[in-house]
Amino acid sequence: MNYSIILYIVGKVMMLESACFLIPAVTSLIYGEHEGMAYLIVGAVSAIIGYLISSKKKFENVFFAREGFVMVALSWIVLSVVGAIPFVLTGEIPNMVDALFETVSGFTTTGASILEDVESLSHTSLIWRSFTHWVGGMGVIVLLLAILPMAGGYNMHLMKAESPGPVVGKLVPRLRDTAKILYLIYLAMTVIEFVILLFVKMPVFDALCITFGTAGTGGFGIKADSLGSYSYAIQVVVTVFMILFGVNFNAYFLLLGKHKKDAFKIEEVRWYFGIIFAAIIIITINIRGYFENILTALNHAAFQVGSIITTTGYSTTDFDLWPQLSRNVIIFLMMCGACAGSTGGGIKVSRIIVMLKSVFQEIGYYIHPRGVKTIKMDGKVLEKPVLTSIRVFMLTYIMIYVISMFLLSLNNFDFETNFTAVAATFNNIGPGLAKVGPMANFNIYSYFSKLVLTFDMLAGRLELYPMLLLFSPGVWRIGKDK
Amino acid sequence: MQIIIVGCGKVGSTIAEQLSAEGHDITIVDTDEAVVKALAARLDIMGVTGNGATHTILEEAGIEDSDLLIAVTESDELNLLCCMVGKKAGAEHTIARVRNPEYSQDIGFMKKELGLAMTINPEYAASTEMARLLRFPSAIEIDTFGRGRVELLEYKISEGNILVGKSLIDVGRNIKSDVLICAVEREDEVIIPNGSFVLQSGDIVSIVASTENAKDFFKKVGCNSSGVRDTMIVGGGTIAYYLAKQLLPLGIKVKIIEKSYERCEELSAMLPNAVIIHGDAADKDVLLEEGIEKCSSFVSLTGIDEENAFLSLYAKSVSNAKIVTKINRIAFDDIIEKFDLGSMIYPKHITAEYIVRYVRGLQNSVGSNNVEALYRIIHGKVEALEFYIKEDSGMTGATLEALPIREGVLVAGIIRDGKVMIPNGKSTLQRNDSVIIITRITGMQNLEDILK
Repeated sequence: MNYSIILYIVGKVMMLESACFLIPAVTSLIYGEHEGMAYLIVGAVSAIIGYLISSKKKFENVFFAREGFVMVALSWIVLSVVGAIPFVLTGEIPNMVDALFETVSGFTTTGASILEDVESLSHTSLIWRSFTHWVGGMGVIVLLLAILPMAGGYNMHLMKAESPGPVVGKLVPRLRDTAKILYLIYLAMTVIEFVILLFVKMPVFDALCITFGTAGTGGFGIKADSLGSYSYAIQVVVTVFMILFGVNFNAYFLLLGKHKKDAFKIEEVRWYFGIIFAAIIIITINIRGYFENILTALNHAAFQVGSIITTTGYSTTDFDLWPQLSRNVIIFLMMCGACAGSTGGGIKVSRIIVMLKSVFQEIGYYIHPRGVKTIKMDGKVLEKPVLTSIRVFMLTYIMIYVISMFLLSLNNFDFETNFTAVAATFNNIGPGLAKVGPMANFNIYSYFSKLVLTFDMLAGRLELYPMLLLFSPGVWRIGKDK
Repeated sequence: MQIIIVGCGKVGSTIAEQLSAEGHDITIVDTDEAVVKALAARLDIMGVTGNGATHTILEEAGIEDSDLLIAVTESDELNLLCCMVGKKAGAEHTIARVRNPEYSQDIGFMKKELGLAMTINPEYAASTEMARLLRFPSAIEIDTFGRGRVELLEYKISEGNILVGKSLIDVGRNIKSDVLICAVEREDEVIIPNGSFVLQSGDIVSIVASTENAKDFFKKVGCNSSGVRDTMIVGGGTIAYYLAKQLLPLGIKVKIIEKSYERCEELSAMLPNAVIIHGDAADKDVLLEEGIEKCSSFVSLTGIDEENAFLSLYAKSVSNAKIVTKINRIAFDDIIEKFDLGSMIYPKHITAEYIVRYVRGLQNSVGSNNVEALYRIIHGKVEALEFYIKEDSGMTGATLEALPIREGVLVAGIIRDGKVMIPNGKSTLQRNDSVIIITRITGMQNLEDILK
């Protein structure tokens, strides 16, 4: 185990976070709020600690997948703990477990909140909450890779540990350039959304917060009814951008390059839009009686579908009140999630496609017992190790799901609440149904349950294995005798 | 003609023998001295020992004065290099054998950029022959020309057929099939018809069409065109791959039985719509499990002739399938033919046959600079000429309707970037196209001769 590199990366992450604290600090100045001081103090302390532990000159540059996984998991935990402290210091969320839940929910782009009254928060803390979505969306390690000149080909292990999806590839030969391109696309799309929101007359502060939340597919609103009280124009813009941020970023890279047509041929992206389209139609027909006309129904259906499949978690209406069919579609979308290589969470469309193909392959084996059929994605054969890892991912996913539900049942809530609470946090969505529906919050749970859900959020964002590896004793024993 | 053949394997020696017998001057080149000597002693030809891709050896073989260089060694890359060197050193035309499927989609590019007159892929050629056998019922005869790329389907119009009494314009209007009726045999005469020509019963029409269109056409005229519905292929080699590739788009279900698991995976990746079975076809149960009794065609393509023969005999005994058998060795053909093995395909024979046909086409065109090749088709009564358009002229750019084309002349095919197109009135000619003309008028020298 290469401890020196782990410390180095964690230190750099702390320094990066203290830089991020400048945003709430500046906001605090603009609005003349005193909460900014807390952020500045925590930022300064975190910068100093980060500098001290990462300034050690001699560190081993060679590391492997296990270190990559551990580094990413540790970085995210440190990131969340440090990010939570200002909430406690300002007294807005006095309890540390609550503050941690809120911050993890931010960084993992979940958007689940324990706050009873969001509107009472200071602008400073509101923008920090939303900004954690933006940083967590594309990943803090990816950001680090983009700005930190690090030699060696081992950084790929870091990228793989943080990026969502079954297969993580590079866009260009150099990893650092890949990370830069990803962040540039991300930044450009964020700016475009912000400008369009201003154009449809959204207040600047609101537009900024909502854009951060959309880009990272997070879902923290700044109003009690999420996006319900904004105009239709704003809701439509946010719908479109939520769906766009759920697309595999490889597609945007292809769009920028020479082979523009290939972007429309990515199998996952086609399925993604297919699912969205089908879900919108079903829900619109199902809920048309609940609204004054079909267009309003369509708007609400599209917004909720886009919000849930991309695991954003904004809402314009209380979909917990919808008929059962629509609620079931919503639950399916929660599990399905966005495309791999996007900022969204969930199981990911590509995994769903591969699982479906596996089922058909298995049926085929009963018809032709000696038949040989390979599973293909985008015209390329999926190798056995990839298939195995996807199947094991699903198993692990279900196991963590079941254990979490089991632990939540201590609260003695109904099945639907617990089931969707895990779905909403594990898939990084935000709102669930019933007691944790879009107009409710997670404060009903005990501190123990909140910690379980916090773990689920981190495990879901980092695609299970980094968090599991962090708690396996074996990983810490490697090379200890040296 | 002066012809140099590089590579004296089975194909090389077969070609040398046939072309020498047809009166060409042959020089063979091979690295194996014993083979060269043996062949040079048996046939009236010259032999050079050495690497045929080197300039020195080709010069020794007389490349400057040669009309044609044929490279048929075992290696694709060597054959291509050989043709490139040969072309630069002065060979008029070059032919290379390229069999690797990875190169097959580059053939058009290679022909254009490397100046190859023809490439031949033995496995592909064999699979094309097989696909022809499976695609059409026996009522239809098939003739090919234009280096095997253009197919002529002959079909006899019987009493009561809906085509009887129709003019060709009516045929086009009523049947709405994109086919070209390019010749009609009536009694002993062959006619190149125009639009007002009226068909009678007893006529044998020759049509040029793409496979899909031809199928459609035969269906509409009531000729039971359903060749086969499905096929079971035993042995998943390159021929099986090419065959499946040709049959699948026609809606024929393909099932391939292959022994090696790795090869099965490869095939499954390359042919997602085919059913790939991992098993030993020598095991009767495998064949029965996969429904050999019900299949409508059976193709045995394993690497062992004896196995193919037995498999075909077994298939014949349990089913009514159309049987195709691949035979590699030609030595015992007289005995093999006594068995009822259905249609037999000899890949090496086909390769040699294609090349020899091309050389004949080339031979016919000697003396004219503009005719690329000349074939005599329909029992030698009609000429099919291939012209290459080197530069823009009055004929390029205009639609065929607008060109004043002579009576009895038909533009039957346009070859652009290695692909054959069946022209209609709206088609245009472009630079670098090869144009195939069918005519009864002899002595055409230029493409302009087809105009009034």
